[in-house]
Amino acid sequence: MTEKTATGQPVPAAPEDAAAPEAPRPTVLRDILSGSWMVSVLSIFVGLLVGAVLVAAADTSVQATLGYFFSRPADFFVSVWRTVSEAYLALFRGAVFDWEAQSFVRAVRPFTESLVASVPLILAGLGIALGFRSGLFNIGGQGQVILGAIFAGFIGYWLTLPLGLHMLVAIAAGIVGGAIWGGIAGALKARTGANEVIVTIMLNSIAGYLIAYLLKQEWFRQSGSANPQSRAVDESAALFPLLPDPFRLNAGFLVAVVATVFVWWLLERSTLGFEFRAVGENPDAARTAGISVGRVTFVVMMIAGALAGLAGAAQVLGTEQKLTMGIGGSLGFDAITVALLGRSRPVGTFLAGLLFGAFKAGGYTMQAQTGTPIDIILVVQSVIVLLIAAPPLVRGIFRLPAPVGKGAR
Amino acid sequence: MKLELRGITKRFGSFTANDSIDLVVEPGEIHALLGENGAGKSTLMNTLYGLYAPEEGEILIDDRPVAFSGPGDAVSAGIGMVHQHFMLVPVFTVAESVALGYEPTKSGALLDLGEARRKVTEISARFGFHIDPDAVIEDLPVGAQQRVEIIKALSRDAKILILDEPTAVLTPQETDELIEIMRQLKAGGTSIVFITHKLREVRAIADGITVIRRGKVVGEASPESSESELAGLMVGRDVHLTTDKTDADPGEATFSVRGLTVVDKSESVVVSDVSLDVRRGEILAIAGVDGNGQSELAEAIVGLVEPRSGTISLDGDDLAGLSVKERLRKGIGFVPEDRSTDGVIASFTISENMILDLYDQPPYAKGLSLQPAVVRSEAEEKVSEFDIRLTSIDDPISTLSGGNQQKVVLSRELGRPLRLLVASQPTRGLDVGSIEFVHKRIIAERDSGTPCVIVSTELDEVFNIADRIAVMYRGRIVGVVPADTPRDVLGLMMAGVPEDEALARVEDGSAATEISAAEEDPA
Repeated sequence: MTEKTATGQPVPAAPEDAAAPEAPRPTVLRDILSGSWMVSVLSIFVGLLVGAVLVAAADTSVQATLGYFFSRPADFFVSVWRTVSEAYLALFRGAVFDWEAQSFVRAVRPFTESLVASVPLILAGLGIALGFRSGLFNIGGQGQVILGAIFAGFIGYWLTLPLGLHMLVAIAAGIVGGAIWGGIAGALKARTGANEVIVTIMLNSIAGYLIAYLLKQEWFRQSGSANPQSRAVDESAALFPLLPDPFRLNAGFLVAVVATVFVWWLLERSTLGFEFRAVGENPDAARTAGISVGRVTFVVMMIAGALAGLAGAAQVLGTEQKLTMGIGGSLGFDAITVALLGRSRPVGTFLAGLLFGAFKAGGYTMQAQTGTPIDIILVVQSVIVLLIAAPPLVRGIFRLPAPVGKGAR
Repeated sequence: MKLELRGITKRFGSFTANDSIDLVVEPGEIHALLGENGAGKSTLMNTLYGLYAPEEGEILIDDRPVAFSGPGDAVSAGIGMVHQHFMLVPVFTVAESVALGYEPTKSGALLDLGEARRKVTEISARFGFHIDPDAVIEDLPVGAQQRVEIIKALSRDAKILILDEPTAVLTPQETDELIEIMRQLKAGGTSIVFITHKLREVRAIADGITVIRRGKVVGEASPESSESELAGLMVGRDVHLTTDKTDADPGEATFSVRGLTVVDKSESVVVSDVSLDVRRGEILAIAGVDGNGQSELAEAIVGLVEPRSGTISLDGDDLAGLSVKERLRKGIGFVPEDRSTDGVIASFTISENMILDLYDQPPYAKGLSLQPAVVRSEAEEKVSEFDIRLTSIDDPISTLSGGNQQKVVLSRELGRPLRLLVASQPTRGLDVGSIEFVHKRIIAERDSGTPCVIVSTELDEVFNIADRIAVMYRGRIVGVVPADTPRDVLGLMMAGVPEDEALARVEDGSAATEISAAEEDPA
């Protein structure tokens, strides 16, 4: 038996016993997390490639050249190249730097827009990543974002507080809202063993209906109109802008940076994070070492919810300035893709959030300027995540070696 | 049938598991393949059984080269294999198990179990196996299940039988029965390749011995060689099979268990009304065949399972209701039975694994903040103290050999002042050299005055370190006996025979085992 596990790795320093490579039992989650950064980069590349095929296929001029492909095949390739490069250049101009803009402000605005779009993705993504590292599939980002937005928004227009303090209190309320929603799922799992995937999905539905209900109640929305949206948050509660008009970049970005550093410290440098990671990697060993797996589950879900709640707060106090039915957008689910692409590392998640924020911001420009449907972006993101979730597939495409220590079992 | 392996080489990547191995098994010979865990014995046998294709070398049967592309080929060439972990379906009957994979059919698609039943009865009668073809596998004791595996191989006309660590799961008495069966098979002309790392058994039964170390044949030996000679060949240096220890100087009993009963998830009683006392500076070994409640007893002591009834007290404090962490803080050191699942976290670094249950204690943590510098410097210190062979303490612990992983666990659990040490199977899967080291450290801990509870299924280990021995059978303590109790008596007690009766039976000679006879030789 032991010999069979001997893998292709070099014999350890003291090979008295080849039972050595007692590889972790493979789980889907562990497989995803242990993928290399190379896999992430290649996944993005393949995602863009697949997107390019679809862009070309959807374009009418490309379709036209196919009609006489065999008499003048060059036309087809020229047309494909033009269509794809135009679409992706428009994406770039919409996301990073628009060299065709009339003024400098307009030229750099796309980059700040990407940052704006990335803030909630980073925050919610960190929450999901924290769950992944602790062995929890937190699918409840959506509900936690909505609860965070409800709490932060309501405090934002209902309370009257001095400038600055009001903002902090509203942010704190968002944290509490998300933490409650995550905590419910955590408590249910810890106490009864309920599967966190199912519980969080159901909590997402409840949150969706909760905000729909609240926005119908005048005491809550205080807007005086019949529309299902709230009054705008007070100036004193809004996240202050980091740049003058027309830039929309606000303090939410600072919050995202601070949160990233905090999650890094939590996971890598705190005793709490040591527990989280231990439970995530091997709950049996964690239990044997005296770590309470139930308590960790609860605390992780609370903190993950708090981070998602922060994302909701950033939306309502920053970008949107009021509560609407769509305040959560598809943030909760986009956050899962962000965390996966970032391999659940805080910095990785931050970078993945920036990338997906750029896709979001650039997608609009691409659609407006080249007529390429913004759905292509969705496809690109989906392909990326699909590949991230299947590292062996990416390794197969690019003939990368399998990671050491997991081979011949 | 004569079997010959010539220059068999098997590599996994850059790791050579078998390095041009030669082996000859004469017809009707019992040939022992001796080597430590990881030496390459199982790889070699899996190659022979067609599970692996060798990179180089050839297999000859009756001097004719053969090539196997799978176990099916090996079986039709007359090779049978009994794996260490039985390949049986628990809900099948014996006849069904024997038929599995080679189902005899009647008029097309109908299963002809009658034929299988007849075979079982016939083989069982020929070798005196006493196996009922209609018995259900899960109702059979482990020894009988093993015989079913042997019947299975024989029913396919195996002329060469490979037994992979066959005694690992047996009591000494069952081992004797197996040895008797092997003798009969040999008399019937079957050749047997017997894989083991237990020296005593090799000397009791083998006609020829091939010793493998690190994938290479390091020598042939005769059964007349002493255990020390064999061990030296196996490990590659002189080893002390017994650890020198002074007699215990026990103090007052500080750890006691009273009427402890533990019930598992399926509501069956796994520990039944167990009472024990352990004194300061004494090692109490808990002997027994695997699965008789020892593991659960150890887990109950550290708080991993909640007992149904009974009390556990340490230094006069009742431990009831305390969490695992609180018990560890009270000074209990715990070496879990299953190192890879419970003892270490494979993907964590070596230094992280060294603080797995100390991470929130000073000096490793200040408040909520870990102190990486302290963690590293303490780890470096333990690495030299426990002679852990590694490249860097920042490597994942999975890069270490089992022996070194266990040293990491020991350095963690023994590296703080203890008031009780509980170690479950502390040397399972370790090589002889590491076993020696682990035993020394445990005895050193005893000498410093810590009461120690050591669970072990290996009698050699029990005799080596115990000051007193408690034998467990089906959740009960059969008896607590002194360390110089004869091996045969312990063997009988491990099968549930009470102490007095076991003593009586051994004295009138009716229960002397082959194994203990071999012990009489100058070792």
